Amino acid sequence: MISQFFVLSQRGDNIVFRDYRRDVQKGSAEIFFRKVKFWKEDGKEEAPPVFNLDGVNYFHVKVVGLLFVATTRTNLSPSLALELLQRIARAIKDYLGVLNEESMRKNFVLVYELLDEVIDFGYVQTTSTEVLKSYVFNEPIVIDAARLPTLGPAALFMQGNKRMPGTAVTKSVVANEPGGRKREEIFVDIIEKISVTFSSSGYVLTSEIDGTIQMKSYLSGNPEIRLALNDDLHIGRGSVPSFGYSRSSGTGAVILDDCNFHESVHMDSFDVDRTLSLVPPDGEFPVMNYRITQEFKPPFTINTLIEEAGSLKAEVILKIRAEFPSSVTANTILIEMPLPTYTTRVNFDLERGIVGQNADFKESQKKLEWNIKKIVGGSEHTLRAKLNFSQELHGNITKEAGPVSLTFTIPMYNPSRLQVKYLQIAKKSKTANPYRWVRYVTQANSYVARI
Amino acid sequence: MAPPAQSHRSPSPSQPSGKGEVSDLKTQLRQLAGSRAPGTDDTKRDLFKKVISYMTIGIDVSSVFSEMVMCSATSDIVLKKMCYLYVGNYAKHNPDLALLTINFLQRDCKDEDPMIRGLALRSLCSLGVANLVEYLVGPLGNGLKDGNSYVRMVAAVGVLKLYHLSASTCLDADFPPLLKQLMLKDKDAQVVANCLTSLQEIWSLEASTSEEAARERETLLSKPVVYYFLNRMKEFSEWAQCIVLELVSKYVPMDTEEIFDIMNLLEDRLHHANGAVVLATIKVFLHMTLSMTDVHQQVYERIKAPLLTLVSSGSPEQSYAVLSHLHLLVMRAPYIFSSDYKHFYCQYNEPFYVKKLKLEMLTAVANESNTYEIVTELCEYVANVDIPMARESIRAVGKIALQQYDVNAIVDRLLQFLEMEKEHVTAETLVLVKDLLRKYPQWSHDCIAVVGNISSKNVQEPKAKAALIWMLGEYAQDMQDSPYILEGLVENWDEEDSAEVRLHLLTAVVKCFLRRAPETQKALGDALAAGVTDFHQDVHDRAFLYYRLLKYDVSVAERIVNPPKQAVSVFADTQSSEMKDRIFDEFNSLSVVYQKAQFLQPSYMFTDKEHRGPFAFSEELGNLSIGTEPSDAAVAAQRVEANDKDLLLGTSEKEEGHGYGSNGSAYSAPSYNASTTAGASQAHFDLVSIDQPSTVHPPVSFAIDDLLGLGMPSAPSSVPSTLQLNAKASIDANAFQQKWRQQPISLSQETSIDPRGVAGMMNPQALPQHMQGHSINCIASGGQAPKFKFFFFAQKEDGSSAYLVECIINSSSCKVQLKIKADEQATSQAFSELFQSALSKFGSA
Repeated sequence: MISQFFVLSQRGDNIVFRDYRRDVQKGSAEIFFRKVKFWKEDGKEEAPPVFNLDGVNYFHVKVVGLLFVATTRTNLSPSLALELLQRIARAIKDYLGVLNEESMRKNFVLVYELLDEVIDFGYVQTTSTEVLKSYVFNEPIVIDAARLPTLGPAALFMQGNKRMPGTAVTKSVVANEPGGRKREEIFVDIIEKISVTFSSSGYVLTSEIDGTIQMKSYLSGNPEIRLALNDDLHIGRGSVPSFGYSRSSGTGAVILDDCNFHESVHMDSFDVDRTLSLVPPDGEFPVMNYRITQEFKPPFTINTLIEEAGSLKAEVILKIRAEFPSSVTANTILIEMPLPTYTTRVNFDLERGIVGQNADFKESQKKLEWNIKKIVGGSEHTLRAKLNFSQELHGNITKEAGPVSLTFTIPMYNPSRLQVKYLQIAKKSKTANPYRWVRYVTQANSYVARI
Repeated sequence: MAPPAQSHRSPSPSQPSGKGEVSDLKTQLRQLAGSRAPGTDDTKRDLFKKVISYMTIGIDVSSVFSEMVMCSATSDIVLKKMCYLYVGNYAKHNPDLALLTINFLQRDCKDEDPMIRGLALRSLCSLGVANLVEYLVGPLGNGLKDGNSYVRMVAAVGVLKLYHLSASTCLDADFPPLLKQLMLKDKDAQVVANCLTSLQEIWSLEASTSEEAARERETLLSKPVVYYFLNRMKEFSEWAQCIVLELVSKYVPMDTEEIFDIMNLLEDRLHHANGAVVLATIKVFLHMTLSMTDVHQQVYERIKAPLLTLVSSGSPEQSYAVLSHLHLLVMRAPYIFSSDYKHFYCQYNEPFYVKKLKLEMLTAVANESNTYEIVTELCEYVANVDIPMARESIRAVGKIALQQYDVNAIVDRLLQFLEMEKEHVTAETLVLVKDLLRKYPQWSHDCIAVVGNISSKNVQEPKAKAALIWMLGEYAQDMQDSPYILEGLVENWDEEDSAEVRLHLLTAVVKCFLRRAPETQKALGDALAAGVTDFHQDVHDRAFLYYRLLKYDVSVAERIVNPPKQAVSVFADTQSSEMKDRIFDEFNSLSVVYQKAQFLQPSYMFTDKEHRGPFAFSEELGNLSIGTEPSDAAVAAQRVEANDKDLLLGTSEKEEGHGYGSNGSAYSAPSYNASTTAGASQAHFDLVSIDQPSTVHPPVSFAIDDLLGLGMPSAPSSVPSTLQLNAKASIDANAFQQKWRQQPISLSQETSIDPRGVAGMMNPQALPQHMQGHSINCIASGGQAPKFKFFFFAQKEDGSSAYLVECIINSSSCKVQLKIKADEQATSQAFSELFQSALSKFGSA
């Protein structure tokens, strides 16, 4: 059971604090914050999400810079506590539209209302936005969503994708829009986080896709929804017929290693026609999480060349190539590479006439950073960096530098080729067809090229 | 919410100090109290919000209590809720004022709106004021019978709140049977779940005093009840499912058919997106199949994919919790996961605590077929700029080598690390190479060729330096420069801060001398000269020991300092298998994350602080509980006290030797063995043996026999082997204490205890009682898991000698350290045997 729940700002102020069992001292928020802040003297190591201090167990998750914390004295399931914290954050976001310190402060009474119903005497009652709706009476004070970081990966769609209504993902499930009526719409997001490790010779050592089908529904009357996925979708690597007749299409089957589903999902016809049916509850939730280790084409290849130029100098040439169709554009690409600790100065040579690129040497971390705003599919970019060292090179420079890591976002592209073929909403009335948004996005989780 | 009265938080400048504002609020609220003017509620809302926000940031607003209550007469539900929140926060500390709220709460409990009834009932039960419990009984009784499920849901938890306020009121009102009825028939699943949690808590707490409650608790685990819950599984919310699954995991099915039925029923829970549900289901599967080896294995195969999916979906925090459980399973059955090793590769942006778990898993799953790839991957991390990660990775490589896979290639890799010329890499590798050589002496030629090239100037870390020096001494014959390097190190004796290094240096110089006397003579002389004047007690004593040994007989010195060694076959595991089993029993709990079972033992996690030494005791017996039958409460209290006193000692456990002065017992301090993996007594005989001598009092020859442990009967034969103890011996604590101080230690030994005995340690009285049966009386006891300390007293039948024993038992390693003091030194060995045989029977009886 949970003893206390609280949310702390980045500076350690209580935004909300709820004591359910009165068996943990009142100063716990401060004790917790101090411990987390000074976990190790050098400040380099992060505090783990679960720790015990003086007999009190502290659980915490970080959401948009806020610390969501629970305490207990019992030998609770850590998964339960951490999952709960994440869900509380999500429920609050569903109500406030935007989750951040300001919105929490403005709506703390509403948040208390939620907390009252989510946990009673330490036991979880419900975290369902839908169920909570009947208990919450405060009207959310919606803050201006523009340029605010939001909770969850849905925020990715905001960047450079004009086709999406920007306000939708930051809309409260309870607040009415200025017009006084709610817009009927539903969002289905296919979000894939990819991890790839390239060996120094450029071939793929490991690769994995961690995907989620995220749904956010603003439909009134809770109609049933049918979600059709690829016909050639297989679950479990052993389930693919070895005779390969399903691969005759040439594109190859989509094979999920494994997946799990939200409890509202019915799988009755999944085996027949790969269709999921569900009555989506209010709020944002993952319909399905999946994991793929089947090989896929990595969206970027990276080429690194290091040439020693005398004993105190070296040149690094980084080449990045976009391996996706030219109709797709990747956003906010960041390429990082640790350099030898004795590097003193770096001169960069960017491509001429290209805008939206910059390169920097982070002296304190001895790291090279190369930012590219946009990369169009099929294109290639090169960076030359001349390094100056304070001491003579000894041994192999490749042991002192690297690996090269990438972060990026690619909207409307997913390497697994998992698709939502159609999204059917069971009609209940003759009102206008609700808006349906099916969106894809790929994000780098750990994208590393060794040198 | 923090009642600010107790808060130590000083308001930051940006926050209002509170006083002026609060009295303003008070006046404003008072004005509004009776007003029925339109818009009053809106004004009230604003004021209430202010009050709540002050409360949140820690300003004491309890002074507006009566005004808040006066304003609570409203039909506005938002206002009501804020008022309930406020009242719930301050009532406990203002019981008189709380009485004011009873009226309106009771009235609200009868409101037409079920929402208001529920909210009022919840607030009423949450007041936490013991002398108001009489007002709770009626509304609670009505609440349990309410037609609305929300009210029943609140009432079911309310009963538990009442129980914690006044158990007798709750039981007298017959609420538990009512809850049970409700649990077994209510249509609403959340009501059922709340009844279950409340009953579980009440009956568990009652079980110790009431047989009936214990029986009732058992019936929760009976087949009809468990099946009832299983059949309604899908109706429950995911959180309630977790509770039900935890219950099911304790249920013992009759036969295998039942097990399969339950598992088939729960199979789809493994695909739930909520990690807590999946882990709870896995716990059921694992525990039910424990006795069915094949099925158990299938379960492992079955749960692998869902666990891996959970690890890679969700927030980093959630995946950490799941990964900890995966870690546990991998450690239990590495072979099942050996083909999944790629999932345990570290990603560069993962936090260190995740990487560490993964490295341990990689180490565990390494086998003939994947070792090459795993080690290759680990070598990448060694070159990592992240230094702690590089170190852990080197250790991981070393551990794999010690598991005997592909040692050849691994030794090559390790030696390559030395050539990387990174200080932390070199240091970590040296320590490992030393351990490897102790296990695989056959690699010494390859290793020393490379190690010999390392300049000792580039090695600064004490552990690494000690390892290098150990190798220089151990392989003096094969390393050309060894005497000269050692000589250089001896020259810098004064600059060497680490006593550990100086101790190793002494031993290495002596070893080197024994093989290459002419070249080492100068270094030896300098080292001994520096050693005997060293301010560190152990260094000083060891230098003297060597000096006297060499003076006495070089060949004896040779046998003591440099005996033939056996290779270490297995390095002791840091965690006992019993501990691991216990953690496994507590699957899906914090024990798994902490990798410590039973942390709920109040004497352990709840008082044991990270900043305190894990175990430390002062010599002052006064801090321990005195007498043979101390009450449990006294023991607990004394333990804490003992701990407090020992802050200083605890932090310098390694330097423990200081405190004992010249009575010679300093050598019984923990071994200075550079290896962190214990159990090295064989190969490190030269160092460890120093831990076991008797004091200077017995004749020298005896001491040497004892030191060498050459298989001679270590107890002089003059001692009658049938030592009889006086069954009625007694001594009072003060006399014991005085005697303990005066006498030197005549015997200091390490032995081990039956793990079953260790299990018995959970009851602090068990061991003293057991030993009393053997005419050995406990004078004082204390300690916390895993270390317990006892003082025993015994007397020879004829009363000619008293024996005083300090016995330290480590319940996780099953090791026992004994220090025996005796009037008759000569019989101490015989007594020790007697004592140990009595101890060994503990737990087996």
